[in-house]
Amino acid sequence: MSVLVITEQQGGVWHNMSWECLAAGQQTAEAMGLPLVAAVVGSDVGGLCTEIAAKAVSEVVAVDDAALGEYTPDGFTAALQQVVEQLSPTLVLFPHTYQVRDFGPKLATRLGRPFLSDAIDIRFEDGELVFVRQLFQGKMNADVTAEGDGPVFASVQSGCFRADHVKAGDAAASIGNVDVSIDASAIREKPLERFKESKGGVDLTQAELIVSVGRGIKDPENIPVAQSLADAFGAELAASRPICDNGWLPLERQVGSSGSQVTPKMYLALGISGAIQHVVGMKGSETIVAINKDEGAPIFEIADYGIVGDLFEVAPALVDALKEG
Amino acid sequence: MNIFVCLKQVPARDSVLRVNSAADWIDAEDLTLEMNEPDSFALEEGLRLKEKHGGEVIAISAGGSRAGSTIREALAKGADRGVLIEDDGYAQADTLSTAKALAAAIKKEPHDLVLTGLQSDDSGFGQTGAILAELLDLPHSSLIMEVSAEGQTLKVKRELEAGWFENIEMPLPALLTIQSGINKVRYATLMGIKRAKKKPFQRYTPEELGVEISVSQRILRLYTPQKSKQTQFLEGSPREQAAQLIDKLRFEARVL
Repeated sequence: MSVLVITEQQGGVWHNMSWECLAAGQQTAEAMGLPLVAAVVGSDVGGLCTEIAAKAVSEVVAVDDAALGEYTPDGFTAALQQVVEQLSPTLVLFPHTYQVRDFGPKLATRLGRPFLSDAIDIRFEDGELVFVRQLFQGKMNADVTAEGDGPVFASVQSGCFRADHVKAGDAAASIGNVDVSIDASAIREKPLERFKESKGGVDLTQAELIVSVGRGIKDPENIPVAQSLADAFGAELAASRPICDNGWLPLERQVGSSGSQVTPKMYLALGISGAIQHVVGMKGSETIVAINKDEGAPIFEIADYGIVGDLFEVAPALVDALKEG
Repeated sequence: MNIFVCLKQVPARDSVLRVNSAADWIDAEDLTLEMNEPDSFALEEGLRLKEKHGGEVIAISAGGSRAGSTIREALAKGADRGVLIEDDGYAQADTLSTAKALAAAIKKEPHDLVLTGLQSDDSGFGQTGAILAELLDLPHSSLIMEVSAEGQTLKVKRELEAGWFENIEMPLPALLTIQSGINKVRYATLMGIKRAKKKPFQRYTPEELGVEISVSQRILRLYTPQKSKQTQFLEGSPREQAAQLIDKLRFEARVL
């Protein structure tokens, strides 16, 4: 009976969502009245374990094996299957990273359990764990529970729990090991090199003002409408994923879970509906403006200022208003 | 190369959604349904691999009675055969039930490669690929931006976070979850639509495959999200809206 948080690191460097997940774990364990166990998975993770043992956790466990030095779905699934079987937690909580998306559902399936992915909130009500998930591209929310017996597997979305809310412990927690046996020859996925593709010099994370364009622009020939607005504001032009997927703007201008995560003074979303993958990349912006023809678009849930209207009328009007000074 | 491409039919992107009377799903009866957009990238990748390596592309889905049109669309774009596990329960089923049905049908035939899209536009689990890989005991990788096959070895480029990528090798047969934007998807031609009508299309019921639809993740309540911010909506003509916005940005938010 415990809440088990599976942290993520790469080459001895924490994934920043590990701390958000630990904060979620601390809050949930407290609500459930259960001890919190934090697991660190990898090769040579002793230093990382010491760091996390300073936080308010009951125990830290190292899942340390040479075969876990590089992430593979086969290796991590085999290791964490053994961890869950040995520790028998009530809840296993992951950060919703790309890596967790890759193996989390596979692990849960192996143990005959569902995986409640990408939760934005967790509540403990009447003895039941309730997770809030976003459906239909963020247009709907759902309260969801896991059916059946056994550990509940869930992951928490980026930015929903705050890393700076992680509580420090009164004394260092004990650090233990979970012995796992992994047959390295049974790992079928062979990771080769990691690399970054060259960028054209745009750094959206440094921009103070951003005008970002989405599907509402309809056609690549209309991109200048958005560019003119960005120019009038003296802002960088950015885009949601579909625009870059279509090659209408280069990938380096993409904001969202797979692009840049930005926090400018002003973020103006032009014809962007506000799907989850986009919102996680910009919801920390100081002031958010949304211009969209659909008043039900999820982007308005996080906007400070909203204009429901045709962007092809509103954007030129804004350019004029800025010129008039 | 025998390539299965898993497809899902979902409400069209611009649908106006209403919560149903049981407050556990939407009223979908009157909605236009379409192929889940992320799946269309997986289909395109499957077709390109077939064109290069030969073999067959089999479009497969678990869905309600209307899902046949999504299979037909895939056939029109160039898939060779269609397989549908048909039950209205699949429209609302969670990934585990869906993946079990897909796995049971895929197991009946030789398969070198199974492709899925990144996630569905309705439930958004993004899990079908990883679960299927486990059920079919296949090596897998997700968020794939490039695929090449040489003999029995598959080399893929996987997208990581913050602009990083990783190359990975694995043996065939394998399963890949394709990242949206990997390719430019084709449209169906008139000739393709005509040909699709004559292509083989196998329909199963869940019973025929020995699977059932069970709930592993129960939706207690579906609802429109509450706003986290109080949005000030600016009214009037576009010109008036623009003037108000600039004024607010200058003197209220003070960002200009």
